[in-house]
Amino acid sequence: MSVTKRFWVALILSIPMLLNMVLMPFHVMVLSNEWLQFGLTTVIMVVAAGPFIQSAWASFLKHHSNMDTLVAIGTVTAYVYSIYAMLTDQAIFFESAAFVITFVLLGQVLEERMRNNASSAVEKLVDLQAKDAEVVRDGQVLRVPLEDVRAGDLVRVKPGEKIAVDGTITDGGSTVDESMVTGESMPVTKKVGDKVIGATINGNGTLTFQADKVGADTLLAQIVEMVKKAQTSHAPIQKLTDKVSNIFVPVVAILAIVTFLVWYVFLDASVANSLIFAVSVVVIACPCALGLATPTALMVGTGRAAKMGILIKNGEVLELVNEVKTVVFDKTGTITIGKPVVTDIVGDENHVLQIAASLEAASEHPLATAITQRSRENQVTVSAVDHFQAVKGKGVTATVAGESAFVGNAKLISNNQMTDELRQRMTQLQREAKTVVVVGLNEQVIGLIAIQDAPKATSKVAIEALHARGLKTVMLTGDNEQVAQAVANQVGIDQVVADVLPGDKADAVKQLQASGKVAFVGDGINDAPALTQADVGIAMGSGTDIAIESGGIVLVKNDLRDVDRALALSQKTFSRIKLNLFWAFVYNVLGIPVAAGLFYAVGLSLSPELAGLAMAFSSLSVVTSSVLLNKTKISPKNQFA
Amino acid sequence: MIKIMVLVIGVALIGFIAWWFFGKHEVATEVADVSEQGQSVDITVQGGYSPEVVELKAGVPATLNFTRTDPSTCLDRVVFSDFGVNQELPINETESVTIDTSQPGEYQWACGMDMFHGKVVVK
Repeated sequence: MSVTKRFWVALILSIPMLLNMVLMPFHVMVLSNEWLQFGLTTVIMVVAAGPFIQSAWASFLKHHSNMDTLVAIGTVTAYVYSIYAMLTDQAIFFESAAFVITFVLLGQVLEERMRNNASSAVEKLVDLQAKDAEVVRDGQVLRVPLEDVRAGDLVRVKPGEKIAVDGTITDGGSTVDESMVTGESMPVTKKVGDKVIGATINGNGTLTFQADKVGADTLLAQIVEMVKKAQTSHAPIQKLTDKVSNIFVPVVAILAIVTFLVWYVFLDASVANSLIFAVSVVVIACPCALGLATPTALMVGTGRAAKMGILIKNGEVLELVNEVKTVVFDKTGTITIGKPVVTDIVGDENHVLQIAASLEAASEHPLATAITQRSRENQVTVSAVDHFQAVKGKGVTATVAGESAFVGNAKLISNNQMTDELRQRMTQLQREAKTVVVVGLNEQVIGLIAIQDAPKATSKVAIEALHARGLKTVMLTGDNEQVAQAVANQVGIDQVVADVLPGDKADAVKQLQASGKVAFVGDGINDAPALTQADVGIAMGSGTDIAIESGGIVLVKNDLRDVDRALALSQKTFSRIKLNLFWAFVYNVLGIPVAAGLFYAVGLSLSPELAGLAMAFSSLSVVTSSVLLNKTKISPKNQFA
Repeated sequence: MIKIMVLVIGVALIGFIAWWFFGKHEVATEVADVSEQGQSVDITVQGGYSPEVVELKAGVPATLNFTRTDPSTCLDRVVFSDFGVNQELPINETESVTIDTSQPGEYQWACGMDMFHGKVVVK
């Protein structure tokens, strides 16, 4: 029989006894017959309490004990004693047994609902999956179930449809709602060559994409896997409760016997009263609240984070985040966009650009890509070049339309080739941390192009939010001091560690760890050693390229503000765990002495039924408090955003 | 006189509880039968897990078949924190959990409230 049915049986059968108790002061007796009370309680004991007793006995045989052990001992004691009392014409307390069972079952019914609520995050994620997809095979369009989509398949997505798996767009364009996976609320524009994520929803365009990752390799599948692991993981703070819960039940049973002996043998109380105290002790003690405190909060916290595109690996990470003093950022791709763009052009813009673009057209250098990109935006036509020559470490030279031209850094030219005015502009741009390319024609510099890997629009806000949290921010970069400092000034970073070779990033993090716990934020692909070295590794990614194993925390969308959100959520979850544990301990530490009658002299005592009610609600309140984590506000400490 | 008897019985009971629950007792252990398809162990969930310790051979695909006959809600889930498994165990139904045996070691499992424990030893 289900817990719910058992609860209803117990409730309906105990209502007459409840009425009896409520109406007692008015001398109205609904149930004067002891035999009727005995009958009702017997049915409750068999139907509703039977499973508790069965389970308690089975675990007893294995030298184990659990909450059922306590409920069974408490109610059976009250029940058996009442039978004896009834036969010998003494005061009975059948109703205690009946009420305790009813309350405990009520607590379990509500708690079960809450627990299902707490663990629903993963199911919701799995439900995001598309059920089927339209696949183009041998020129025919087929609708196949999701499992049959293979890597390399061409998949067609109509407006409003779900994108089935991860892939790259080969035809068409659209906007895609990725909020369910990345937490990004704005639809993202996608064109040919862009990556799409499975389970996201296509907007109003039609797309064809080639499936790259299917089945367990998709981003969503990996997220589900990570959230599952996080939700079942242990937080170090649990070690204490693990120890306590192993000995909890036998210790409570011993305490109950001691309570009985003290009242009966030493304080000369009646058998009935001594038993009531002992039964209350057994019934009020609740190891469940202790056991549920951490896992339920962890489940809700990590589940909520996943919805925001923040994946927290496990309870250990969650706990460590609270001790972080310094947040270290990788510069390129983390604070900055990761791609250099042309920021300033000095001279005749289109002429300068045309010469530069013509010379750089064939080059794959990142700076060349920036120039080509800009010339395309300005719709500058690129001319053919002759006598192309690369000057190592300096730049390139060639002839354009019969005139000799050059593009490169300052080392390419001698002093007299550039006017003082241009030289001044050059120094000024360099001070702004921009890389300056000189463009020349006929041995004379005709203009400058400034290129910079500019900070992301959100970087400044993100770093301010961390400062508001009282954290120190550090930027690691392979760039020179001047460039690094300029970027740091733009976004408000506290400290810069420049000229760090890629392989030395982990060492730099290690040095910073001397002054407290360090979180490292990197892109997860190049920064793996530093992410591992840091106490908390935060890997950022965009789209399907996230190295999900690389960080303790993974940010699915490429937004630096999520660092603050991840910290906020971890802190909220961890403090909820502490709060839950605190109440669970306090409840037991205070409840047991009260139930034992320690404060009887000052008029404070608990009947078994009240103890049962308190017990039912202690574990319920812990689970409820965890579920409420879903509702707490997560906002930056400074409210300007 | 009767009080002294009650006292003696009470103290004896305390002693018994302490011995029964805290003393060293043998734990049911089972070694999996390894066949070509893989290895599996049936585990009954009744007042705990029988067997409580399962030995598996490394590198052979393994499943543990849990059957819960215990009505307690305490045991209605089985959690393997190392594998990210949090499996519901409907009463009187057999639920299989696949174990990754690629890494030798000891992996704990527990009930949903972390009160009952079992252990997989991969050798």
